[in-house]
Order: sequence, then C-alpha cells, then structure tokens
Amino acid sequence: MTYLSAIGSYSIMVKEVFKKPTKWPIMKSLILKEIDELIFNSLGIIVFISLFIGGVVTIQTALNLENPLIPVSLIGFAPRQSVILEFAPTFTSIIMAGKVGSYITSSIGTMRVTEQIDALEVMGVNSLNYLVFPKIIAMLLYPFAVAIAMYMGILGGWMAGVWGNFTSSADFIEGLQLDFDPYHITYSFIKTLVFAFVIATVPSYHGYFMKGGALDVGKASTTSFVWTSVVIIILNFILTQLLLG
Amino acid sequence: MITVTNLHKWFGEDHILKGISTTFEKGKTSLVIGQSGSGKTVFMKCLLGLITPEEGTIDYDGKIYSELSSDQKRNLRQEMGMVFQGSALFDSMTVEGNVMFPLNMFTQQSNSEKEDRVNFVLNRVNLIDANHKYPAELSGGMQKRVAIARAIVMNPKYLFCDEPNSGLDPNTAIIIDNLIQEITQEYDIITVINSHDMNSVMEIGEKIVFLQNGSKAWEGTKEDIFKTDNEAVTRFVYSSELFKKVRQMYVEERT
Ligand SMILES: Nc1ncnc2c1ncn2[C@@H]1O[C@H](COP(=O)(O)OP(=O)(O)O)[C@@H](O)[C@H]1O
Ligand SMILES: [Mg+2]
Repeated sequence: MTYLSAIGSYSIMVKEVFKKPTKWPIMKSLILKEIDELIFNSLGIIVFISLFIGGVVTIQTALNLENPLIPVSLIGFAPRQSVILEFAPTFTSIIMAGKVGSYITSSIGTMRVTEQIDALEVMGVNSLNYLVFPKIIAMLLYPFAVAIAMYMGILGGWMAGVWGNFTSSADFIEGLQLDFDPYHITYSFIKTLVFAFVIATVPSYHGYFMKGGALDVGKASTTSFVWTSVVIIILNFILTQLLLG
Repeated sequence: MITVTNLHKWFGEDHILKGISTTFEKGKTSLVIGQSGSGKTVFMKCLLGLITPEEGTIDYDGKIYSELSSDQKRNLRQEMGMVFQGSALFDSMTVEGNVMFPLNMFTQQSNSEKEDRVNFVLNRVNLIDANHKYPAELSGGMQKRVAIARAIVMNPKYLFCDEPNSGLDPNTAIIIDNLIQEITQEYDIITVINSHDMNSVMEIGEKIVFLQNGSKAWEGTKEDIFKTDNEAVTRFVYSSELFKKVRQMYVEERT
C-alpha cells in the first residue's frame, strides 16, 4: 500500500516537473551547471571502472579457455558482449546511482529541510521544474558517458589480453568483430536512456519529499541509493525481456 | 485586508488548527504569538498556500485563495514576501544573487535596473558591502537582513515573517523588529509576524493574535495584553521575571 502511494506521488511529481517552465536564460545556466556536476564530474570514475572491468573479464575468459576446439578469438568476443550488453549500461548506472544519486538527494534534501524549497514556492516558482528538470536534461547526455564506458571497457580488455600475453592483437580484434549485431548497441542505449531518467528522478523524489532535519538528509541519501538500484535492476530485467527476448 | 475564516488543518489524526478566524490590516504589523508547537508556522504556511487547509477560507483583498486557478495562485504569490525562520537563503548564490533572484525569475528588467533595485533594498535593510558574500559568510542578523531584502524586492502587498528574530541577540532582534515595522508603514503592506518573544510584542505588536493548541485563545493590542484576564495569555506574558515586575509596577501605578 505504501509502495503504491509512493509510486503515485512519484508519477505526480514527474508530471509537475514539466509544468510552468522556468525562463529559458535561467534554465540554460542551470542545465549547464548540472551537465558539469552530473556528467563531467563522473567521467573519471566511469573510465577507471570500465578499464578494469574490461580487463578482468578478458583475463577470466582467457584463463577458462582450455578446450583447444574453442577459438582464441573468444577472448575478444566475451568482453565485447558483456561490456556492451551489461557492464557499460547497467553496472555503470549502479555506480551513478551511488555517486550522482546521493548528490541529488542530499542537495535537494538540504534545500527541503532549510525551507529553501518553500522559499521558491512562495515566490511562485515551480520548484520541481526548477530543481529536477535541468537534471533530467543533463542526464540526456548520459548515453555519451556510457559510450565512453563501452570504449574503455573494450580497450581495457585489449590491454589486459595483449599485454598479458593471453592473445594477439589480431585475434582479439577478430573476436571483437565476430557476429557483431548492431541491434545490441541500440538495445544498450535504450536501456541507458531509461536508466538516465531513473537516476535523475528517483533520487530527486527522495530528496524533495524528505522530512526531518539535517541528520535525515544522510538517511534519505542511503534509502535513495537502495531504491534507485532496485528500480534499475528490475527495469533491466523487464527491458531485456522486451527488447531481446 | 486578509480575512481568515474558520481555518482547520489536520495532519492525519492530529487536529493542528482548530477553527481560526481573524483579520490582518494594511500598514500594520500583526503578531501571531503562542508557545512553541501551538501552530504558528502551520497557520502561516496556510496563509501562504504552502499548506492546504481542510476547511475554512482565506480572503486576500477580495480574492479567496482556494477558489483561484493555479495560475492565479502563483500570481497572487508573487505579491507575497516571506522571511523564513532560518532565513532560507539559497546557499549556492551570493547575497546579490539571492535578492536578485525574484527579479530574474519574474521581471524583464535590464541588468542595471535590477542592480539598482537590489542595491536599493539592501541599503534599506542597512546591509552594505556584502553583495558578493555567500550566506555561509554572514552572521545570523545579516542573513535575516538579506532575507528581508529578498522578501521586499518585488514590492509585495503581503509580508510574512516566521520568528524573524529567533536566534538573534536581544539588540539585533529589536533592530530587525523595528526594521520590519518601518517597512510595513513606509510601503503600506500587510505584515504578519510569528513570534514567541514578549520583546517583539512590546515593540511592534499593533495587533496580537494569541494561539494556544491550534485555537485562537485571545486577540487584541499590546495595550490590551496587560489588562486581559485570559489566563493562558497572562501565563504566556508573565513567563519571564522581567514581565512579572512590569506587571507589578503597572498594577501599583493604577492603585
Ligand atoms: N508537516 C507536518 N506533519 C505533521 N505534523 C506537523 C507538520 N508540521 C507541523 N506539525 C505539527 O503541528 C504542530 C504545530 O507546529 P508548528 O506550527 O510548527 O508550531 P509553532 O510554529 O507554533 O512552534 C506541532 O505539534 C507539529 O508537530
Ligand atoms: Mg514555528
């Protein structure tokens, strides 16, 4: 019952975000600020994690390849599939739910407990549009971050594979190109866009509707991370069924 | 004039406001007083439309809030200014950014017009040379001044202040109280102030509404408040030794 009403108020919130828009010159600077905060400031960690994940997947594939009937090009094929289908879109999104999500919840939550949101409303500003809309727009650039994650994941795989003497560069690249299905990229970016919306709005919801004082802001961030991850995992399952099943 | 009629507010099972009726007039500082938890903040947020009451009406110079469309409500809100208990300044913006914010949002003024207006109101609240500071760099009293400047920058018809001098030393508190009263008279606005401070009552209480457990227990002027027989009011007024002495002197003078 409480879940149902939470879903209800979340939907109402999302609808409210798109009403009574803030003046464009102001909105433009808010969007640029959020792109900087949400996207650019996350690139470092995304590159770092992707490189290593790609490397680990490659090493594990190589170490498990003992049957001589299986071609070595699988060492390039396996990281390509797992990075493009899961690691880049889903795993990165979970990381973002932690990094970006807790920033969103705590910044909006602090504004709630210090009555800054009430101050916006009193002035006649649509506070949901003012606070959440720029985050949604900024997160439209998230697929670019995921594209970088894909590239870095595969690069990490190549580095680990070739430099670790598990495979030759030519074999690895042959594996990368093996049975390539461009639809997998489409599938991956559809997921990414959905996750981007979740990462922008679910933590906003937890911050905007939080109650209490400064201490509760920390608690709200934790709850927000748990729920954002759960929603991403469930949607990942549903979307995979719909798009690949 | 703001006319409040039979205002009720429940939070779930809790009956917080129990049928409050009163009026607030132009050019006067009206004080809503009462103990902590008596419902002052909830009452004020109902006046501002931040909380929707279950029952009762609020009439702003002939406009009944609950009957307005959401656009009309937002337009009416642009005629209101509010000073929050903790100032509620936007901490990502400078003093100037805070005060200019409503102008940026709702006017088409040029940059120099906006700056003139901002400097004018900051001057009015006696805050100079702080334009480029951030709220975290200001004292409590200065933050209150910025909050007042931001509240009046759009020339509001209605000004609401929730415990404007809480957390301030007595001297600064009186200066802030007097500032609000001067502004109210100068621009002929309707000002409602929440307070639990007897000093404010004595300084600027042109009309006083006493709340107790969400009901209006008494209303009158600061002259009346010392003569009333209402027990809850006298207990509130004479909660401090200082005012007990004042009362004693007052009674002695009359006999
Ligand atoms: N959002 C809310 N939900 C539930 N109860 C509330 C809420 N806001 C205030 N209250 C309750 O209403 C009562 C009056 O609170 P308030 O108006 O803040 O008192 P005051 O400002 O006079 O100190 C308190 O008992 C408080 O717990
Ligand atoms: Mg209060």
